[in-house]
Amino acid sequence: MTPVLQVRGLSKSFGGIKAVQDVSFDLHAGEFLALIGPNGAGKTTCFNMLNGYLAPNAGSVKLNGRELIGTPPRRIWRLGVGRTFQITATFLSMTVLENVQMALISHHRRIYDLFSRATRMYLDEAMALLDLVSMREQAGRPCSELAYGDLKRLELAIALAHDPALLLMDEPTAGMAPSERVALMALTADIVARGHVSVVFTEHDMDVVFAHAHRILVLNRGQLIAEGSGSEIRANPLVQEVYLGGGRLFEKEGQHA
Amino acid sequence: MGFYLAQLLTGLANASSLFLIASGLSIIFGVTRIVNFAHGSFYMLGAYLAYTLVTTLNGGILGYWFSVLVAALIVGGIGLLVELTILRRIYRAPELFQLVATFGVVLIVQDATLAIWGAEDLLGPRAPGLDRAVRLMGEPIPEYDLALIAIGPAVLAAIWLLFHRTRWGILVRAATQDREMVGALGVNQAWLFSAAFVLGSALAGLGGALQIPREAVSLQMDLSIIGEAFVVVVIGGMGSVTGAFVAAVLISVLNAFAILIFPQISIVLPFVVMAVVLIVRPYGLFGRPGSEHGGAEEPEQPLRLLDQKSTMVLLALVAVLGFSPAVVSDFTTILLVDVMVATLFAVSLHFMMGIGGMVSFGHAAYFGVGAYAAAMAVKLLGWGMLPAMALGPIAAALAAIFFGWFCVRLSGVYLAMLTMAAAQILWGVTFQWQDVTGGDDGILGVWPAKWAASDRVFFYVAFILCLGGIWVLRRVAHSPFGYTLRGIRDSRIRAEAIGVDTRFHQWMGFTLAGTLAGMAGAVFVFSKGSVFPDALSIGHSIDGLIMVLLGGIHALGGPVYGAMAMVLIEDWVSRLDYWRFIFGGIILTVVLLAPDGIAGGVRRLGQLVRRDAA
Repeated sequence: MTPVLQVRGLSKSFGGIKAVQDVSFDLHAGEFLALIGPNGAGKTTCFNMLNGYLAPNAGSVKLNGRELIGTPPRRIWRLGVGRTFQITATFLSMTVLENVQMALISHHRRIYDLFSRATRMYLDEAMALLDLVSMREQAGRPCSELAYGDLKRLELAIALAHDPALLLMDEPTAGMAPSERVALMALTADIVARGHVSVVFTEHDMDVVFAHAHRILVLNRGQLIAEGSGSEIRANPLVQEVYLGGGRLFEKEGQHA
Repeated sequence: MGFYLAQLLTGLANASSLFLIASGLSIIFGVTRIVNFAHGSFYMLGAYLAYTLVTTLNGGILGYWFSVLVAALIVGGIGLLVELTILRRIYRAPELFQLVATFGVVLIVQDATLAIWGAEDLLGPRAPGLDRAVRLMGEPIPEYDLALIAIGPAVLAAIWLLFHRTRWGILVRAATQDREMVGALGVNQAWLFSAAFVLGSALAGLGGALQIPREAVSLQMDLSIIGEAFVVVVIGGMGSVTGAFVAAVLISVLNAFAILIFPQISIVLPFVVMAVVLIVRPYGLFGRPGSEHGGAEEPEQPLRLLDQKSTMVLLALVAVLGFSPAVVSDFTTILLVDVMVATLFAVSLHFMMGIGGMVSFGHAAYFGVGAYAAAMAVKLLGWGMLPAMALGPIAAALAAIFFGWFCVRLSGVYLAMLTMAAAQILWGVTFQWQDVTGGDDGILGVWPAKWAASDRVFFYVAFILCLGGIWVLRRVAHSPFGYTLRGIRDSRIRAEAIGVDTRFHQWMGFTLAGTLAGMAGAVFVFSKGSVFPDALSIGHSIDGLIMVLLGGIHALGGPVYGAMAMVLIEDWVSRLDYWRFIFGGIILTVVLLAPDGIAGGVRRLGQLVRRDAA
């Protein structure tokens, strides 16, 4: 089976710093993939190249065989990639329901419609999406009044509005309380299990990662150092060194340099 | 050769005057993020005060320079007063409020100056000791110009030392980069802002005081300098004093030579240079991207469609308006046409600012283009009223497509400045291009067709076009297109992430707002029978802003209330002496005490009534 996402030789430098070096991986349909690594490992850089906000120096990213590099973010969305942000980005002057309706309106290519009533469009679809993230009760509330955890769930509903093949979640649980984190990721895992969407997410919280990810990629200093299931990653000596061994990996390299 | 040297030196002398006022404006903007329209008023006050001091002291060389310095200090004191009583309360308000508030100060200072010094232009004495001309390469150069050429760099050096060698100066620079961080470090911001404002206004006062040997002191000094000063600040980079100096030299020297080749260009040139610079370097030559917005706004409430009862009330009001010409006098009928034209103009501006989040300081440009296109179609092409009226919005749309393409590349204050530059360029063209536009004399005798010649029939023409235009904009505000515009305003990154081409969408929103403003202009020209360049002026753009603000920016009904209030207040107040003073006072009251405008007041009143009824 061909993978949904094929990443090959992705590299990016900022000045002299090699933020991401030669990263390659595949993502299969229905897979829930975590991208982890210590601070400065290149997770966010990697992510921004996947979603089109950053142009890599080299490499290729293919979605169902179609090259994404050089495609602007809004086209990547149209090709079937949804995304949530590390810091939530929603339309604060609209209601919860209207936020989802906006994504649907854009998906159905109606944003240049000058005379329909936006609030009456795609109501059932929008409600179904809010059901999916258990936000139906809050549909009529102004987005500006929501608690942070609810905003995250709303973002998830928005990201799923165009029935994407791939969902990119940058630090989905950042800034949330521990109980909320578990709930949000359980919800995401549930959506992955039900539909045909695949997810790539970055995460700091290892509990979240080991509880839900099907497969884990570990980045360190811009390079992919390990790949495998939760137990494989836990047992990997290189990963243990990076996460548990303090600065040993850095010291060794420092001595050679 | 000598002639060119003389041109260069004149340019440099002008650059010094311009730099003094622009540097103060730049410092104030850098620290407080306030676009201070009243800066021109400080400049004017400096000139008037220096005139009074110099002529009463009459104390030779020493007396002259002493007077200039004292004038600058007094203006600094007036600046402190304005800062403490008005600006301090609105640092966190959106830039629209700040702009309109400082414009209120402009109006008040204008009438205060008129009351103290009278309407006559005052001719100042020459500077003692510098009242002759020296010959350089055979050309006479005024000594005073040479002195000015030296004063500019000297002031630049003094400010540089102040900013790099004193603790206060370092704090000012830090605040220019990141004022939240400076606040977080425990610096008393209130004190820092006041001090920066005093320095800035004193520099404007100094610029004005030094001007008295060069030009007559007049009541027009304030608004004639402010446009150019803004341009210099924007080209140099807001908050950069060095940038202001470089830009002042660039503009003044370019101007000194450009007028040799093409004398008409002087009005337009600074704005063309500014537009070019902003497109290549969006933050100016020396500017850095900083927080460009006035402050965090309260999140707006979601839009609601009218319920059945409100729709009935609205339709009833429209019906009353429709039948009113049968009852009211001809005079009132004409006034109602004014109200409708102003309302369409305000609603189109609100669409761009409130819905689209693009603050425009130059919306009158599209109103004016619509008016001129219709007028020229009648006068030059001999078209009838209806085709000419149709040409108005089409021409405005083309102008908005052209200028909007540049403007939507920027955001916040920079976008606002570019819209102002666009308006000034168009104003300059209509003002200078005498053969086609009639220049200052305008275009006269643009009357409605015979069938629409009576006030009542014309009322219905205006009624259909203006209410139709307002209905269109309201409908679009509730449409996917309008919602997407609001979405881009709320969060550009989210809009892009759901597949919206944000720049293109804003460009189209800009164009739609411009088109409907052009329609208002086309109705306007036939109701007045004439059009003059002031239809495109900054003053008219600010009228639009005041209407939007007066009515309340966060409500779709706001601009309707605002336009009605504006026309009625103007009709009543402008018959009084010192009406600017009263009008400025009204503006300041609204900004300081009722920032949600009339619409907010009506809403609160409604809540009160409902609570009592319940």
